[in-house]
Parts: sequence; C-alpha cells; structure tokens
Amino acid sequence: MSKTLIRGAKVLGGEPQDVLIDGGTVAEVGSGLSAEGAEVVEAGGKVLLPGLVDLHTHLREPGREDSETVLTGTRAAASGGYTAVFAMANTFPVADTAGVVEQVWRLGKEHGYCDVQPIGAVTVGLEGKKLAELGAMHESAAGVTVFSDDGKCVHDAVIMRRALEYVKAFDGVVAQHAQEPRLTEGAQMNEGVVSAELGLGGWPAVAEESVIARDVLLADHVGSRVHICHLSTAGSVEIVRWAKSRGIRVTAEVTPHHLLLTDELVRSYNPVYKVNPPLRTERDVLALREALADGTIDIVATDHAPHPHEDKDCEWAAAAMGMVGLETALSVVQETMVDTGLLDWAGVAERMSFTPARIGRAEGHGRPVSAGEPANLTLVDTAYRGPVDPAGFASRSRNTPYEGRELPGRVTHTWLRGKATLVDGKLT
Amino acid sequence: MQRHLISAADLTRDDAVLILDTAEEMARVADRPIKKLPTLRGRTVVNLFFEDSTRTRISFEAAEKRLSADVINFSAKGSSVSKGESLKDTAQTLEAMGVDAVVIRHGASGAPYRLATSGWIDAHVINAGDGTHQHPTQALLDAFTMRRRLVGRDAGLGQDLNGRRITLVGDVLHSRVARSNVDLLHTLGAEVTLVAPPTLLPVGVETWPCEVSYDLDSTLPKSDAVMMLRVQRERMNAAFFPTEREYSRRYGLDGDRMARMPGHAIVMHPGPMVRGMEITAEVADSDRCTVVEQVTNGVSIRMAVLYLLLGGAEFQTAGTPAAPARTAEEN
Repeated sequence: MSKTLIRGAKVLGGEPQDVLIDGGTVAEVGSGLSAEGAEVVEAGGKVLLPGLVDLHTHLREPGREDSETVLTGTRAAASGGYTAVFAMANTFPVADTAGVVEQVWRLGKEHGYCDVQPIGAVTVGLEGKKLAELGAMHESAAGVTVFSDDGKCVHDAVIMRRALEYVKAFDGVVAQHAQEPRLTEGAQMNEGVVSAELGLGGWPAVAEESVIARDVLLADHVGSRVHICHLSTAGSVEIVRWAKSRGIRVTAEVTPHHLLLTDELVRSYNPVYKVNPPLRTERDVLALREALADGTIDIVATDHAPHPHEDKDCEWAAAAMGMVGLETALSVVQETMVDTGLLDWAGVAERMSFTPARIGRAEGHGRPVSAGEPANLTLVDTAYRGPVDPAGFASRSRNTPYEGRELPGRVTHTWLRGKATLVDGKLT
Repeated sequence: MQRHLISAADLTRDDAVLILDTAEEMARVADRPIKKLPTLRGRTVVNLFFEDSTRTRISFEAAEKRLSADVINFSAKGSSVSKGESLKDTAQTLEAMGVDAVVIRHGASGAPYRLATSGWIDAHVINAGDGTHQHPTQALLDAFTMRRRLVGRDAGLGQDLNGRRITLVGDVLHSRVARSNVDLLHTLGAEVTLVAPPTLLPVGVETWPCEVSYDLDSTLPKSDAVMMLRVQRERMNAAFFPTEREYSRRYGLDGDRMARMPGHAIVMHPGPMVRGMEITAEVADSDRCTVVEQVTNGVSIRMAVLYLLLGGAEFQTAGTPAAPARTAEEN
C-alpha cells in the first residue's frame, strides 16, 4: 500500500508536525519527515484528529432506504470526519437478530467509507417485553457490544435490570434512551414556557431524569455499566454527576444540537427543529456544555436521524422527529466548545474519538496519533467559517437545523486505515 | 393589519380596536332587511376544516356570504386528506383553483402558521382554531361581547377593555380559547385571572400576562366577566380530576356562585356547553349569560376580519363613520 505524508498538521491541536502513513498504519510522527515515495498532503496548520467515532447513528438500512442507506450514511460519516459509526437498531426489520446486524455490518465493510458497528436491540422488536438474543448478536460476525432500543425507552425496570446483568457476560453495554413513556404521551416539544404558549404537548425534563436516576441505581445494584443516550437536561447532568461521584459505571452522550439549539426555535413551528429528546432551554444548553467540558458527559454522539423531505415539509404534529448530524457535528462542537474556550482539540479528540471507541469497544478506533497505530485520521480546517449548505450533503436526507447558519470548521481529509475516504472535502 | 390572522398575540391594541369597531359596523348590516354587502364580490374564500366544527364553520360561512364572497367548504373527512394527502398538497390544490383566502381549522397546533409562512401558498390565512394553540376570532368575538356589555355599544367605539376584570375558568391546558383570550385581553388592557385545578394549567403559565388562582369562589366577586371553558368528560379518565361531580363542585358555575358576582358582571361560554359539568342550566339560561350573543357577534367579527384582511374598498353604509374603513385601507 502507498504512503501519505501529512505535512505541518497540528496533531490534536498541538505544534505542527508531520505524520507519515504507511499502508494502514501511522508509521512516524515528527518534524521534517521525508516525503520520499509518499503522496504529500500539505496540512498548513490544520488540526489532525484521530478518526471520529459516533456511538449513535441511524443508517436506516434495512427498511427506510428512502432516507438513508449504509452507503450514503457512511459517506456522510466520512464527510464529517468519522471513521466508525455505531448503527442504531431501529430499522425495519429491527436489528434484534444476528442476521440483521451481520447484514448491516457487511454492508459497511463492502462500501469501505467508514466502519459500521451495528447496535443490537435490547428487546425483540424494540417492544420492551422480551430480551432479544443479545448473546447471538455478540457472537455474530458483527460482534455487537452495544445494545439499545433507541427511539424507545427500555421502560420496564425488570427488563432493564436483566439486560444490564446479562450483557456483563461479554462486556456489553446497554445504551438507554431515557424517556418515561407515560409522562411523554403526545409529547411534541420540551415542556415549559414555550410549549405553554404554542399549545404543543410537553415532554417534561423529569421524564428523562427519572429514568436516568432509576438506571444508574440499577447499574449500581447489579454492577453493570450503563450508557445514557442523548442526555438533554440540566437535571440529568446532576444525576449523572452524582452517580459518577459514587463510582457507578455510567457514561453519557450529548448531541451537537443539544449543545447549540433551544426550544425557542420551535416558535417557528418548523419541524426541522423537531427532535427527540426535544430541544431544551438555554439553561440546559449551558449545563450540557459545562458537563461535557468537565467530563460528566463523556462523549458527543450525533443521533444522526435522516428523514425524507415530506416527513418535515408538513405541520409540526405530523412531522418525524430527528435531525441529520454527521456532517455538521464537528463544526457545532467547535462553535459551542472550542471557540468558547471550554475545550481544546485534545479534549475534542477525547470526546469524539477515544472515549466513544472505548465505550463501544471499537477495536482499532479512538487510538492516539502515534507510530504503530491504525491510520484512522481526520484533518480539520479550523480557520474556515461558512454557511451550512444541505445541498452539498452526502447524506440522502437534508433535515438539518443549521441550513444557512454560519459555522466554523470544515473536515478536509479523512483516512480509514490509511485509505483516504475524503480528500480536499470531496469523497473518494 | 397584517396579511394573515394567525394568533391573537399578533394584534396590537389599535388593530384589535379597529376590528371591534369594524365589527360594530358589520353588525348594523345584520339589522337591515337585506343582510348583505358587496365587499368581497368576486373573491373566493375556502373554509378548510380538518377538524369537525359545525358552529365555527357556519359562522365563517355566514360572514363570507354576507360580504358576497364565493364560498367553498372543504371538510377533510371523506376527502383526499383522509387518503393521506398532506396539508401542503391540499392547500396548493385549493389555491390553484383561485382561492383568495383560506380559513383553516386544524387539529395540529401551528398548522395555520405553517400554511402562512412556508411559501406553500399566497392566499390570506385566517386561523379558525389550531390544536391547543390559538383561536383568534373567538377571542375577538369574546372581547366584542365584553365591550358591548361592559362599556356599551356606542360608548365602546374606539375603546378597549382597560381595567376590566375578566376571569377564565376551566380547562386552560387544552384550550386555544384561553390562550387567545389571555393574549388579546391583555393587549386590550383587561386584568385576566385564570381559575383551574392545577392539573389543567400548563407548566409555564406563570409567564403569561395574567393571574392564576385555584379558587373560584374568591375570584368571582372581583370579576366583571366570567368565562367558563368547556371541560371534556374524557379528561377525567386521564386523571386531570377525580370525578365529574368533584369538578363541578369545585369549578362549576351554579346559581349560588353566580350570585357572588357583581350585579353587572356577565357569564360567557365559547360553546358548546356541557350543562351540569362546568355550568348549570340555571346559569346558562339566565340573562347574564351571553352565549347566544357571542354566536351572533361571531359573525360580525368574522365579517370584520375578512373585510380588513381582504381589504374591500366598497364598504360604505349610511351613517357609518368612514374612519375605520379608511384606516384599514391605509394599513
């Protein structure tokens, strides 16, 4: 395989260095490295990060190929600087058997833009009643370690307890979509001042917080680890902070949109802002940023949720919930965390690559940029600033809340095991 | 005036007073032997009703016909909508037939706003009630009724409701009537108090420009008008209150309670009433209850709104001060 020399890149935001890729691995990191026999990429002060890892992606295949496929979704991922994504189980059919997870895993492998690590459903058909064959999914070629009914909450305390216990046998983790179903019947947006005015059904913070509180206590009781999906409220932060202080093995993710947007946007009744959990208040946004900075929230995960145009070009109540996020995640994180001084690039690498890979046990991902490591790398032009143009997305869907919004940062190159998947902002 | 009427919160005090004054002029039309004005001749208005509401639909239809508009009634039931057609396609289909204004009733909060702001159609949009959001013409007809009763038909012209104490009682949480009324009455200078069990008030109500009370009896003596909101019996099953009986005991208006109201105070209800639930027959049928007047006034208000939004220039009646009409043209 060929050699690539990345010249003058700020590795994790540090001093400019050269990085030599040989085949699938990083051969050398240093200054003044020889370019002999290598293709040269002039980084010119761009930031080099380990390939990003998304613990929460909806690729929609099988079943909703009109909104995304493994191919279009992994191309979007490569565009956004990702080298591994965890594909959620709420497909049609649901990824609750070894057969479905293997299919998704193989599709990712065939396309070669980004490693696809399927997430298995916790319960059969996401119905919350009967455990899916978690062990079979783990033992399949897909090697599933993360299990989630995302989109639905594993609300039955006994089922949740059993799932937490059961996956310990193979070091798995349950990723909980924390949403008390009874408290969120008919919920359309965050419950508060804005929902009261708009007359939209409220999704109260307590519906998330009460489930998180229960689940950290369950995890403590049975000695399992638990992961909290898309944590969205200031109260949830407090609970996770408390749990961590007690030594409970809980990890948590926040989405880029919850770091930037608030429920005030819903006043437009534009369903592009409709998402689950819903956009919260300014107070929540600030608490989430602080928690991501201080480590209470471990990672950023996109909850990339593609939907066809017609599912958003309608009245609010009829619209689907979710936003695409793979191609804007790093920009939003730069805007909300780096440019605000809350996080440096090493901190971003930690939260968007190292830690998500560790939580999901994604081998070969989330590794340091140093000699001998797999060459999963992302080069970011952090000086760039420009409007988001959905027409340029690689994703099959365009349901972004950032259309026209100026955001900083642009991923120019992505390498998956030494193979460039994105060059000068263009997919290979 | 704006191009559309989506929310009572969008109206300034002067907009609202202009609508009320114009409605008084429209009311005079109803007193004539021929209850018709040529104002909207050649204009087409569609009543696009995704939710059943015979009363509101008929009220709009009467208003449109009295202004000589061509009226199309579209009910979602049994139409292409029930076969999965989207709001956007339905609206565009109607507009392609040359509709000048769309009066829309929709079960989803915000649907009229989407219709008016998404670039789907160019027609004027009038909200005839959306989900639990707004019902601006209801609030206007309520304010019109209050002004007539509390200030006077002629004395009220040009006036707002400054200092009047208005109490709304009942299911505020699910009520677009309550939201519209709080917005409009506040704009018109009234002091609004909401009375409901805590379960039927939205989280966030504390930021609304009104007072909130859980106690009806202490509020009644301080009220110039008491508006009873409909309470659906089904709410009982969702644990909003224990039983129908307990609800009526605590929040229903009966003769004894009505006697605690000041002598001049009126009882209002947007209809349809649930007799025996939020209001007893004795109160509903009393002289102080304005339910029937509200229906009559609804037609005048809707005529005024259509007139002002669609900007008919021909409006002239004998003895009519021309001022409101002219202001409308200038705006």
